[in-house]
Amino acid sequence: MKRVALFIPCFVDTIYPRVGVATLKILQSQGFEVVYPKNQTCCGQPFFNSGFVKEAKDLAEKFYNDFKEYDYIVAPSASCISMVKLHYKDLLDSDKFSEISNKSFEICEFLHDIVKPESLNVSFNHTIALHQSCHGLRELELATPSELNLPYQNKIENLLKLIDGLEILPLSNAQECCGFGGTFSINESEVSKKMGYDKLANFKDSGAEYLVGYDNSCLMHLASLEPELKSLHVIEILAGVANESI
Amino acid sequence: MRVFNDDKWLNESLSFVREKRDIASKKLDNWEQLRELASNIKAHTITHLDNYLEEFEAKALANGIKVHWAVDAKEHNQIVESILKKHNAKKIVKSKSMLTEECELNPYLENRGYEVIDTDLGERIVQLAKQRPSHIVLPAIHLKKEQVATIFNEQNSDATYLTNVARAQLREHFESSDVAITGVNFAVASEGAFVVCTNEGNADLGTSLANVHIAVMGIEKIIPNMQDLGVFLTLLARSATGQDITTYSSIFKKPSKGKEIHLIIVDNGRSQMLGSEKFEGALKCIRCGACMNTCPVFRRVGGHEYNYVIPGPIGSNLGSSRNIEKYGKLAFASTLCGSCTAVCPVKINLHEQLVAYRGVYKLNVKESKDRYYKLTAKILAKPKIYRSLMKLAKYMPHWLYKRAWGKERVAPKLAKKSFKDYYESL
Ligand code: SF4
Repeated sequence: MKRVALFIPCFVDTIYPRVGVATLKILQSQGFEVVYPKNQTCCGQPFFNSGFVKEAKDLAEKFYNDFKEYDYIVAPSASCISMVKLHYKDLLDSDKFSEISNKSFEICEFLHDIVKPESLNVSFNHTIALHQSCHGLRELELATPSELNLPYQNKIENLLKLIDGLEILPLSNAQECCGFGGTFSINESEVSKKMGYDKLANFKDSGAEYLVGYDNSCLMHLASLEPELKSLHVIEILAGVANESI
Repeated sequence: MRVFNDDKWLNESLSFVREKRDIASKKLDNWEQLRELASNIKAHTITHLDNYLEEFEAKALANGIKVHWAVDAKEHNQIVESILKKHNAKKIVKSKSMLTEECELNPYLENRGYEVIDTDLGERIVQLAKQRPSHIVLPAIHLKKEQVATIFNEQNSDATYLTNVARAQLREHFESSDVAITGVNFAVASEGAFVVCTNEGNADLGTSLANVHIAVMGIEKIIPNMQDLGVFLTLLARSATGQDITTYSSIFKKPSKGKEIHLIIVDNGRSQMLGSEKFEGALKCIRCGACMNTCPVFRRVGGHEYNYVIPGPIGSNLGSSRNIEKYGKLAFASTLCGSCTAVCPVKINLHEQLVAYRGVYKLNVKESKDRYYKLTAKILAKPKIYRSLMKLAKYMPHWLYKRAWGKERVAPKLAKKSFKDYYESL
């Protein structure tokens, strides 16, 4: 049996644990042995993106050591996975990088490209709008970015088609950044909030009940501006735990 | 950065341009291949820049173009002045050139008693308003037509009317100027010829009427041959405004009888980027402005907030390369959404360069908050300490969030049970 290591980023661990549970459950139900390496902390992205290259390097090495023994590394965060999959090239030697890059997957990407389930036996009788966060979109190519002249595909939509009763409503500027950007939301607070409010206004116009995404960091940023926001990670729907408490 | 006072309108105007670009680019089946090709041509040219510049110079001289070399902005301005002096010129019409903005040619000449008239409509508007361009392709995009009417001292703010007012005034200037200055979009090495693209024909009218044409270009404008020019002309206008091609794409090869063409080739810090694997890609830029139109930050703050001659994603990179202490902060004014990289016709990895410049900035500029980052990284390297602190995080006071995120936000609630707790209880 292939062994999957779960990487659960800090904010998912402490603020959105149900997203971690959903990831664990769906992988187990698909027949994987799932392990949560207990020494894991952070992929180092906040440091890399803030210019602290040495600190990021140390954390990348640590990540490599924590996860190297597993067949796959799967996380419910597109942004963290794009750090590991793409940007570790600047932090690890090329052998370590290609080893870790090739086996790291965002959970939806993993389901869509590797597991390829034909049905999930889940229903979700609600309308949703899909926020296509930047790193999953333009770096992991979970969907076709509108900038490119390539045939349209959307792995998230494909997976959500397996859910009974769910309806995806169109969201204007679905591919525009929500304004989170990690420390950008602190350094450029005014601009970040403005972008967030614009995103929330588009969501409101969509008329959907839930805003659904694959990066809780974006959803956390939006919820901080609109506490009434009903948001979910895609995996919570796919795993059928959207309304469960853990 | 501050949000632009009418950000909705600015955002909509720029998004409209981006949409036109999307439509135009999607009409070409081979768009992505063209981008790849353009990127490769530029990368190849940059690594053989010395050869192509030499080839270009030799051919241009043979064509009768007078070629000058300027190490920096100062030398560039001095060369322009010496040419003006030689011809006893007093009045200059100038079409759009970001290089002359970079070298601050206008104030240099005006301080020495020359009259410089910008002839691109947008440039003319910002010149009269005593402002700087806020965008490299749409210099006056931050101004509404009512504001333009005020700048022109007119009551009527109809766009066509205002354009005609400007046209009538500019024509007088065209007819009475001694020298025309233009930028250069591409310099074709195999021909010793250069190409100037405008939508208004102002470069063409200026150079046709004046006896002396001074064209100025950065060293990175070189492309190998005419075939390559086809690739770039296909990409440039579509990326910039969604047009199939700029209205005027004029090739200047040799001066007409009795006239002179001077070409000033400027380095001004560009060669510093050569040989740097991470950063030299910025030299591929063809200044289409697409990265500005698509940038969600630019669309909300406008170009002036960047405080560098070239705004937006490419400007933040070029500014950082010019002076990391002074402009390096710009590299942080991005969410790293990557839309710029995806839209760029020459495939510059703009957002990755921004991250790399953040690293350079941190090596050069120390800030008090650095110690928090370093401390946090140390904690994260030690899982046990991290875990015990995360337990305490439950009691993290609200004001800590407020301090980091500001008053307007509601702090996220920590779950009663972390995922790790859940996993261990299984
Ligand atoms: S960086 Fe690319 S998108 Fe931006 S102006 Fe230059 S060529 Fe255009």
